[in-house]
Amino acid sequence: MTTHPIIETHGLTKHFSVKKKTVEAVTDLTFQVAPGELVAFLGPNGAGKTTSLRMLTTLIPPTSGTAKVVGHDIAGEPAAVRARIGYVGQLTSGSYAQRARDELVYQGLFYGLGRAAATRRADELVESLDLAGFAARPVQQLSGGQKRRLDVALGLVHAPTLLFLDEPSTGLDPQSRANLWQHILDLRASHGTTVFLTTHYLEEADRYAERVMVMDRGRVIADDTATRLKADLAGDQLTFGFATPAEADQAAGVVGRLTPEPVRREGEREVVLTAPGGDTLLPAALRALDAAGLQAVRATGVPPTLDDVFLALTGRSLREADQPDADEPAAELEGATR
Amino acid sequence: MSATPTMPPATAVRPSLPRNTWHVLTRELRPVVRDPFTLIFSLFQPLVFLGLFGPLLVGQSGAPAGETLQWFVPGVLVMIVLFGTGATGANLQYEIMTGSHERTLVAPLARSSLLVGRALKEVAPIVVQSLVIALIAWPFGFQLNLPGLAIGLVLLAVFGVGLGSLSYALALATKDREWLFWGVQQALIFPLMILSGMLLPLDAGPAWMRAVASVNPVNWVVQAERALLAGDLANPVVAWGWLSALGLAAVGLWVGIRSIRRSN
Ligand SMILES: Nc1ncnc2c1ncn2[C@@H]1O[C@H](COP(=O)(O)OP(=O)(O)OP(=O)(O)O)[C@@H](O)[C@H]1O
Ligand SMILES: [Mg+2]
Repeated sequence: MTTHPIIETHGLTKHFSVKKKTVEAVTDLTFQVAPGELVAFLGPNGAGKTTSLRMLTTLIPPTSGTAKVVGHDIAGEPAAVRARIGYVGQLTSGSYAQRARDELVYQGLFYGLGRAAATRRADELVESLDLAGFAARPVQQLSGGQKRRLDVALGLVHAPTLLFLDEPSTGLDPQSRANLWQHILDLRASHGTTVFLTTHYLEEADRYAERVMVMDRGRVIADDTATRLKADLAGDQLTFGFATPAEADQAAGVVGRLTPEPVRREGEREVVLTAPGGDTLLPAALRALDAAGLQAVRATGVPPTLDDVFLALTGRSLREADQPDADEPAAELEGATR
Repeated sequence: MSATPTMPPATAVRPSLPRNTWHVLTRELRPVVRDPFTLIFSLFQPLVFLGLFGPLLVGQSGAPAGETLQWFVPGVLVMIVLFGTGATGANLQYEIMTGSHERTLVAPLARSSLLVGRALKEVAPIVVQSLVIALIAWPFGFQLNLPGLAIGLVLLAVFGVGLGSLSYALALATKDREWLFWGVQQALIFPLMILSGMLLPLDAGPAWMRAVASVNPVNWVVQAERALLAGDLANPVVAWGWLSALGLAAVGLWVGIRSIRRSN
């Protein structure tokens, strides 16, 4: 492919100084995004996701480094960048004093639509994002999820070629979340829109994003498809249960010969291992156990999640990294990996 | 279900100051159009001054009510601008904190339109509220001089655009620190009000007060309004009032536009 990247950053860095101390919000961000990609930024609170997006959308100047967005330099030609992107921020986009539908119409006017076209477009979005029930109400009176749906609708008004979304689905119920994703996918299908979003929802990044950039403490620490990240960095967790501890002892040896990964004992009667390609290893192990005269009474294979990837990369689970002051891994690692 | 059937092909929009200003202005007026009562509600303070302070002035001066109102009402009109428009930055501050200001900063709008549109919008409440106050005072002996009132309203509007711009600039400078906004705002508004002779004549005050008042633009606007509303259109204080209001508008817009261009 000879297409130019739609986002291209080199050493993008943002440091804030707060009370004479430097906060290294984002450090040395270097990456490219091709037109049409769907990229998710995944990382715990304070990782630097919002700061990165604010630089790319021209809201704050980088401390150092450069970026080109839709072919224009964010520092030199911010107006050209703004004209070509859409942005749904982490906070509320609608003004609290305004009615939801009025905001949609004015967003259209801001982006150069005529009044008739802006009105039509507002009505379409009210319909398709299911805002009709509250479109005539002031934003102040909307529920959190209703506000969020309006935020997303505002970002979609001008159908930008590149759309940045900062935690678009936070606060949405499952149905609204599914509806939102349907929209994002439709937009891509009909316009080839490039989507760059941040999320805390592991399943969401896993399921929808073609490319996941894992961010921690201001740096991108992994960047690949979710499938490859999981295959390379985590692995399926296989568990075999036996009727007696003696059988489990023997089974550990049999299973251990099939894989270079370490085999652990869990409890008296269980053998556990984490390995890539667990879907093929599991039946192979069961056949080997049968051949050795050992009968597994239970066998489970649990595919890895992106949380396992984060754990493998940082030694912390995303969930605990999200807690304030969770710089050290929590005491009970139990369950944290799921 | 396609999300975007009526969208024109994606073309880059160019910011245009007049068009963007118009859109910002009409958007700001939208809540008022939707709910005009909010304008009347904010008349509470001037009405209190008119209803409770006015009779005291009448009692003290011993002059007929009409004559006192003729002196006092112009000051109340300026007070509407001082307190209403002087506080308008709080609306922007609220939008900075809740996030909607950030959205407009990413939109392809001329930055200055975000300030100019908001400042121009202040004209609407100023005109409506001033007319309501003038009409309320009328049956009590306040004389309506229509040409004077018309010119007086334009003068107030120009003054309000300047003051509103400064209020927005203060909001942009204080960002999410509400206490700082209100602290600075109050620290400026009250001395400006008292040193304008709006509530009590300054003639009886010490010389230094009169000296400060002579460089207080609010004072000149109040005096000009008194002359205009009395039909004394050729009074030289009218020229000083215009000079003060236009000067404040120029400085206010300059400071405001600079702030919004630099804000992030
Ligand atoms: N304006 C600012 N001034 C000072 N520090 C800031 C500012 N904005 C962000 N930071 C700091 O930069 C770091 C990254 O913040 P950022 O908002 O980018 O994180 P995030 O990944 O979006 O987190 P979350 O998931 O909580 O939204 C944090 O330590 C934050 O405290
Ligand atoms: Mg964030």
